Amino acid sequence: MVPEELASGMFIPQQTIGSVLCCMCGVPMQPNAANMCIKCLRSHVDITEGLQKHVTILHCPECGCYLQPPKTWIKAELESNDLLLFCLKRLKKPNTVRVVHAEFIWTEPHSKRIKVRVRIQKEALHGAILEQPYVVEFTQQEHMCDPCTRVQANPDQWVAAVQVRQHVPHRRTFFFLEQLILKHSAAERAINIKEMDQGIDFFFGNRSHAVKFVEFLGSVVPCKSRNDKQLVSHDSKSNNYNYKYTFSVEICPICREDLICLPPKVSNSLGNLGPLVLCMKVSDSIFLLDPVTLRSAYMDANQYWRLPFKPLLTSRQLVEYLVFNVEVEGPKATIGKKDYALAYAEVARVSDIGRTFIVRTHLGHLLEPGHTALGYDLYASNSNDPEVDKYRGLVFPEAILIKRSHEEERKKMRGKTRAWKLKNMKMEVDDSVKRVDEEKKNTEYEEFLRDLEVDPELRFNISFYRNKERQPSEMASTDGDNDEPVELEDLLAELKLKEDEEEDSDDMTG
Amino acid sequence: MAARIQFENSCEVGVFSKLTNAYCLVAIGGSENFYSTFESELADVIPVVKTSIGGTRIIGRLCAGNKNGLLLPHTTTDQELQHLRNSLPDQVVVQRIDERLSALGNCIACNDHVALAHTDLDRVRFLFFSFLFFSIKCAYFGQTIAGNILVGSYCVISNRGGLVHPHTSIEDLDELSTLLQVPLVAGTVNRGSEVIAAGLTVNDWTAFCGSDTTATELSVIESVFKLREAQPSAIVDEMRKSLIDTYV
Repeated sequence: MVPEELASGMFIPQQTIGSVLCCMCGVPMQPNAANMCIKCLRSHVDITEGLQKHVTILHCPECGCYLQPPKTWIKAELESNDLLLFCLKRLKKPNTVRVVHAEFIWTEPHSKRIKVRVRIQKEALHGAILEQPYVVEFTQQEHMCDPCTRVQANPDQWVAAVQVRQHVPHRRTFFFLEQLILKHSAAERAINIKEMDQGIDFFFGNRSHAVKFVEFLGSVVPCKSRNDKQLVSHDSKSNNYNYKYTFSVEICPICREDLICLPPKVSNSLGNLGPLVLCMKVSDSIFLLDPVTLRSAYMDANQYWRLPFKPLLTSRQLVEYLVFNVEVEGPKATIGKKDYALAYAEVARVSDIGRTFIVRTHLGHLLEPGHTALGYDLYASNSNDPEVDKYRGLVFPEAILIKRSHEEERKKMRGKTRAWKLKNMKMEVDDSVKRVDEEKKNTEYEEFLRDLEVDPELRFNISFYRNKERQPSEMASTDGDNDEPVELEDLLAELKLKEDEEEDSDDMTG
Repeated sequence: MAARIQFENSCEVGVFSKLTNAYCLVAIGGSENFYSTFESELADVIPVVKTSIGGTRIIGRLCAGNKNGLLLPHTTTDQELQHLRNSLPDQVVVQRIDERLSALGNCIACNDHVALAHTDLDRVRFLFFSFLFFSIKCAYFGQTIAGNILVGSYCVISNRGGLVHPHTSIEDLDELSTLLQVPLVAGTVNRGSEVIAAGLTVNDWTAFCGSDTTATELSVIESVFKLREAQPSAIVDEMRKSLIDTYV
């Protein structure tokens, strides 16, 4: 664009800026608003005069928060942007001052001082704008924030408790649940976790945390919950009421691999399924499979709790069978992402080889003569389930096979440590309950780990961590023979993902 | 020599006084300090007159004048006019003019021969008065000092030199000094103030500036207005320079 002066054809004489003497020191310089050279102006005017150079900030030593008055606590790391923002906010400065730049000066963290170099602009004299850096020292005063004070005063001061219970004789469900909770960090806000008989208690400082946790449980296991509240104190004048909330969550007692005799009503509603069915999978719903016909059904928590039932036999009552002969009856069928094939199998209990049974099984594709399998011994068991009596003329098969037994492989593995491990939640053991048999618990945990090794579907939702104690030489030896039930490749891939978390950089050869 | 003074704690001495080669006007202050400084410097040579103009004390900004005459704004009362006519020497013409812009000191900068005037002043009337009373050879219009049209505020000129606004460009300085026929320098008074005429009042042999004026500014003022040469010893110094080549 042509300037206006040129466009009008006017002659504009050139203007050369002359020099004047600085009024203080007499140095020739270009005239400026103050008619003082920069050095004189600096020495003459301190634009940081009257600005705060020392500020006290309150810091919670427990959670590392900083108090933003009046009541907000801000979590910020040392030297972080958040902290810089907080510091500049705490600094009182008049409107005439403009902050151009700010940076931290490193100080020892235990010195309880935060130093920030702030660069400001301000009008100095007759409209001359000066820029000048200065250092503000923030003194940290330790002052515990409200939540931390409460916790410190009495760590057990919970507001909401979630009591998770499953009325079964083993803790397998809770081992699995523990891994799910860890994976999703669902119980991160829990103040305290207590291991109870037939369950776990979770304590929270806030009702909403408990509600969130209960919702999480509802999404991973079929459960029903109810809640109660107890008035602790109240102030009717200001309409404040303090309650303690208790959430009771009952997980359905049906577990994976349980044998169930469905009540007639349930059986009818599922299209005359069963009535003898196996529970194959438990997530937020229960997956039931009739081992004789390969028919299957899903039941969600609502359906279950409308007409609850109990297992006829549970996985603790599994008996080992020896397979003599298998005659596959039909082609493989995929039900619920797993393959099954109907077959007739001739089996005998390992404890009593002399008596053989010919039973129908859904594991035709897995079993071969010579294998061992685990199954329910209905021939010898004496059931007293009332549901069974409701069916007239119901004839039980002598045995129902559940899975192949991996006992022989396991014997080879004995004495070797696993290449992986799981995290554990910190739980407090409740002393008031009768002494939990430590031995039994360990065996159950071991069984749970074996199940994980065998069943890829179970591993799906669980984070595995590398076991550092395991010797590489052992690794190499197990590498050669193919007896490890969990495919090593599969496991390693999962481990690699977690490697940075474990802060271990040496790579695993396998 | 230049003297540093204050008028009632204000350094804007050019506002409260008017100094020419033939007379000096001083505002009526609460104390006699301001007046007596002028009196002690000037009493032997020229009359120092205490006066107000239009009832105000800012006489330096309201009137314009040189050794030949004094222009007063229309706000001047008859009494003040009479007082000034009585007090000033007979050859000084005192005239009240009916001009819309009443702060004549801000609009006119002059020495005994030339004057710079604000563009909005009534040209014909001003020329008439300047020929009549000031014996001014020529008057210049349309000039600005560093872009300011209030030429009377941003420059001070005597017959020997002149001080102008610090932002005046070199080309402007050349042009102005050609017009005025005196050497000009860009400078400041009162520790960096660019309103030169407010902080400084000057004639051919002496100057008064605000007490904030620094030594540097003072030396600039003294050298551009050639105040040191006005002292008797200056002649000796000058002669010594030309007579004695080097000290051995």
